[in-house]
Amino acid sequence: MIGSRLTRRTAMMAMAGALVARNAFATVDQAKEWLAGHAKGTPQAGKVTLKAPEIAENGNAVPLTVSVDGEMSEKSYVKAIYVAADGNPNPGVAVFELTPLSGKAEVALRVRLQQTEKIVAVAEMSDGSLYTASREVKVTIGGCGG
Amino acid sequence: MADDIKPRLRVPGSAKKGEVVEIKTLITHPMETGQRKDTDGKIVPRLIVNSLVVTYNDKPVLNAKLEPAVAANPYMAFFLKVEESGTLKFTWTDDNKQSWTAESKIDVA
Repeated sequence: MIGSRLTRRTAMMAMAGALVARNAFATVDQAKEWLAGHAKGTPQAGKVTLKAPEIAENGNAVPLTVSVDGEMSEKSYVKAIYVAADGNPNPGVAVFELTPLSGKAEVALRVRLQQTEKIVAVAEMSDGSLYTASREVKVTIGGCGG
Repeated sequence: MADDIKPRLRVPGSAKKGEVVEIKTLITHPMETGQRKDTDGKIVPRLIVNSLVVTYNDKPVLNAKLEPAVAANPYMAFFLKVEESGTLKFTWTDDNKQSWTAESKIDVA
């Protein structure tokens, strides 16, 4: 991705990134708003763990794992996991609704990140309590138009 | 393009009763964000897989709603607690309401 390995494709991606850079990005507040629209209430810190690289060379597909501490029984389980990114054109990333059948509250996916930004996850428990965590990922080349 | 769209699964064929197993899925899909411009400078319309629903013996396991911030060829991994033999069913749906399904059987030894 650097120096002599700069291909036509990466150059085009950088250009595409520059084009998109003129668009408005989501702000931290918009990310909070999006999360609040899904999870009603004030989340407290803890229970949620975000696994993502500290530095992502390519923002097109950044591996992300969200896990939540807590049992997954009929009585008490993690009902939903909401993921947002505060520097993308749209703050929302994904919503995962889980059930006690999930056995373990952990999901993995790959996300697009436009720039160095923070990923925020909120977990909703079956009793309605909310927990949150966030993690900053440094992005070298932003995900094309995403 | 639509012909290239193919779901892929990695599901264990058997499990012990009560075991929590990892399920990995991927569907080949470009996930157009609606932000990208083509060579004429026109915006390529948004077309993403916006939903993945997973059931085990018709009981809900996972309901994922995706936004354009999910990378192309959306990969997802999650867990399932296996109490009985059964069939895991997956349904992906995109913005055009087109859907793809896949299923896999798990035997409890």
